[in-house]
Amino acid sequence: MEPILEIEHMSVYFTQYERGIRRRVLPVIRDLTLSVEAGQIVAVVGASGSGKSLLAHGILGILPYNSHMEGEIRYAGEPLPRERSAELRGKEIVLIPQGVNYLDPLMKVGAQLRKGSRDEKVRERTSRALRRYGLSEETEEMYPFELSGGMARRVLIASAVTGIPRLIIADEPTPGLDVRAAKRILGHFRELADEGAGILFITHDLEQALTVADQVAVFYAGETIEVASAADFSDVENLRHPFTRAIWRAMPEHGFHPVSGTQPYPGSRETGCSFAGQCSASTETCRETDLIPLRECCGGMVRCLHPGKEASL
Amino acid sequence: MKHDRKEKNRRKSTILFLAAAVLILAAVTAAGIILEGTATETDFSRTNLAPGTGGLFGTDWMGRDMFARTLAGLSLSIRIGILTAAVSAVIALLAGTAAATLGRRADAVISWCIDLVMGIPHILLVMLISIACGRGFAGVVAGVALSHWPSLARVIRGEVIQLRQAPYILVAEKLGVSKFQNVRRHMIPHLLPQFLTGLILLFPHAILHEASVTFLGFGLSSEQPAIGVILSESMQYLTTGRWWLALFPGLALVLAVILFAVLGERLRQLMDPSSVHE
Amino acid sequence: MKHRLQFAGKKLIRMALLLLGVSIVTFLLMCASPLDPLQTNVGQVALGSMSPEQVARLEAYWGVDTPPVQRYLGWLGGVLHGDMGTSLLYRQPVLTVIGQRLANSVFLLLAVWVFSGILGLVLGVAAGAFRGKWPDRLIRGYCLLISSTPTFWLAILLLLIFSVWLGWFPIGLSVPAGVAADAVTFVDRIRHAVLPALTLSITGVANIALHTREKMIDVLESDYVLFARARGESETSVILRHGLRNVSLPAITLQFASVSEIIGGSVLVEQVFSYPGLGQVAVTAGLGSDLPLLLGITVITSAIVFAGNLIADLLYGAADPRIRRGAARE
Repeated sequence: MEPILEIEHMSVYFTQYERGIRRRVLPVIRDLTLSVEAGQIVAVVGASGSGKSLLAHGILGILPYNSHMEGEIRYAGEPLPRERSAELRGKEIVLIPQGVNYLDPLMKVGAQLRKGSRDEKVRERTSRALRRYGLSEETEEMYPFELSGGMARRVLIASAVTGIPRLIIADEPTPGLDVRAAKRILGHFRELADEGAGILFITHDLEQALTVADQVAVFYAGETIEVASAADFSDVENLRHPFTRAIWRAMPEHGFHPVSGTQPYPGSRETGCSFAGQCSASTETCRETDLIPLRECCGGMVRCLHPGKEASL
Repeated sequence: MKHDRKEKNRRKSTILFLAAAVLILAAVTAAGIILEGTATETDFSRTNLAPGTGGLFGTDWMGRDMFARTLAGLSLSIRIGILTAAVSAVIALLAGTAAATLGRRADAVISWCIDLVMGIPHILLVMLISIACGRGFAGVVAGVALSHWPSLARVIRGEVIQLRQAPYILVAEKLGVSKFQNVRRHMIPHLLPQFLTGLILLFPHAILHEASVTFLGFGLSSEQPAIGVILSESMQYLTTGRWWLALFPGLALVLAVILFAVLGERLRQLMDPSSVHE
Repeated sequence: MKHRLQFAGKKLIRMALLLLGVSIVTFLLMCASPLDPLQTNVGQVALGSMSPEQVARLEAYWGVDTPPVQRYLGWLGGVLHGDMGTSLLYRQPVLTVIGQRLANSVFLLLAVWVFSGILGLVLGVAAGAFRGKWPDRLIRGYCLLISSTPTFWLAILLLLIFSVWLGWFPIGLSVPAGVAADAVTFVDRIRHAVLPALTLSITGVANIALHTREKMIDVLESDYVLFARARGESETSVILRHGLRNVSLPAITLQFASVSEIIGGSVLVEQVFSYPGLGQVAVTAGLGSDLPLLLGITVITSAIVFAGNLIADLLYGAADPRIRRGAARE
């Protein structure tokens, strides 16, 4: 099947002033490569602060003014420059954000979902979308602060299906929900994928990602270090990158071994593998190679000079 | 890094600007004190001269040199501004910390006082205090100093309350760090920048209100070459076209106030970590 | 609803207490003054040429010999019966003098208040929306310049340009000299109010524009605006639908709370333009040590300021759904 979204060598940089005087450019995402097919759920898993949300904003063309993006994004086979994403976002490409903070606190839910349109058709489509997720007419007349956590999440998902989305980007859609509620929300995603949409599911929770995703891209310090199918995670030997193996071992059912050390802060490292500092298999070359490329490896992709080795645990 | 040169330029320009601003203000203050004699010197052979023939800023109806008068007035304004802003800031610091630390009753009383002072229009309050002190130098200094503290006091009160509840300070207290140590090591480094920028940002208000109240006749006496006095006198000569009597002294005051305002704003930006992304 | 009434009631009591405080402070300040009202108003020479009885009568008139506490209590008793005493300079009841002057000022102040509020909101929204670009720099520069300019000097400049050089507007007085007050046309009144109103509007904009700009920047960086953009809302829609909605309430509140600054500015501006409003009479009363009049003016302007603050508080409760519906649910 043809991929709906392809990202090649995407990098996002931020310009910052330290203490108001020193100017510096921070690479928050480096050399990211990823693709999503229609009907497929691709999970991007990485720790908080690893720049995952910016990936979503980059695709939608809504990065903040003090940042810029390099690399290529292709949507439905054609390049996706800023103007085209402006055209498509909210219609074919939709975002499902984290929580109720993403709704205007002073505007009623219905009015927000209608985006200011007074068209009767739009009104009909909106209430149908809300009904689909068990939200009544009354919900439309509520302000965001009156919604419960679960309701807010369903409103946000409903906002995605007021049209017919082809690419859904869900940015941490389940934090703060209990396991059952989260499962229900993830079930909605599976449903949407089965209807033909490609879903990019951004999360910090590997376990959750594995329950629903077809593919998993592991994100570390702003880089994709491994792309694997969800099936690969059934056995640690199938995993390619030492960090992926480390987080696999950190999962409760695999012994809860914590990953030692911390992820480097973006921009703090100039060259070499970002995981080198925490990896026992790392060599001099790991630290000195300028940019380790992401390459094909046993049916997936990996950014490592010694794939298949174990990190120290 | 490739932006090295830009970085240095920016840091340099900020520091240069701060140094230049302080230097200019100091020079004006000093020059004004030196020129105070010249400013009141009358010369009836050179009255009502326009700028050019009558010196840089012209002369007035008593032949006094307007350039000297402007500088002397500005110098007086800056000195009064510094004095009153400093007194006001100290009152704000005391009131703010007292409200935040001395319990609910003290807080209620101080908050009530703040509301009271803020309820009377500024100019009216400065006028009233000045009248109570018999007008003149003492009147205007007391008036401006006693009416400008409430807003900064509110800021400091909020800041101290927040600091007292900050987890790292509560932890330090639990760990047995003495109260004095806590105040010295955690509170003061946090409050000092707030206080200093608050102090500098008080200058513009203080200077403007001093000039305004003097202009209305409640401040410095008419013998003194204050900007308010000069402008008040110039009102009588406006219809006869002596624009220079009003234009230059006012412009000089505006420039001095802008300098103070920008100085405070730049300092605030330097110290405020949230401006990182600007 | 009950909750809201309680809130308003508490605020009203607090306001009454504050007003009492204002009157006491004002009274004490006036009493503490070393300036002798007899000398300032009658003059040293005239005083010297008077007989002791005349001086005693004058002293009684200016209230020099009555103990302050007794005078204050007498004044307070009068106020409770709707009598704020008699102005010593104008020889009329204080309320009459204030009423006349306030009638002149109210038109001016209200026009300025509305105009500067709307313009300030628009400028602030524009500056926030164009953050860092030239409209923002221009508006910020303007605000810095204006807040660094003494109001009375700006008034003098405008007088110099529009009245002296261009001759478009009269110099001073809201009523042309030599014309009976009732013969003054509406147009004449407007002509005399234009320059004072212009001065106050130019200065009144800065504060609200800067506050609105900050708020606008916060809103534009908020998660909900990010989501609105992600959903394909245009930049115009983001600014008008979300920006303006979230920025208006704080701006209106600020405008109600900034009544004090406009009244303060009017004191200076009315003096420059000889506009016979409340501000001008405050200066006259202050210079002439007219205690009852100045006391009356201070208390009434403070009452207006407190009323502004009260309205701001109540408005927030009525307009913000989080408070309005939140309270209704309890």
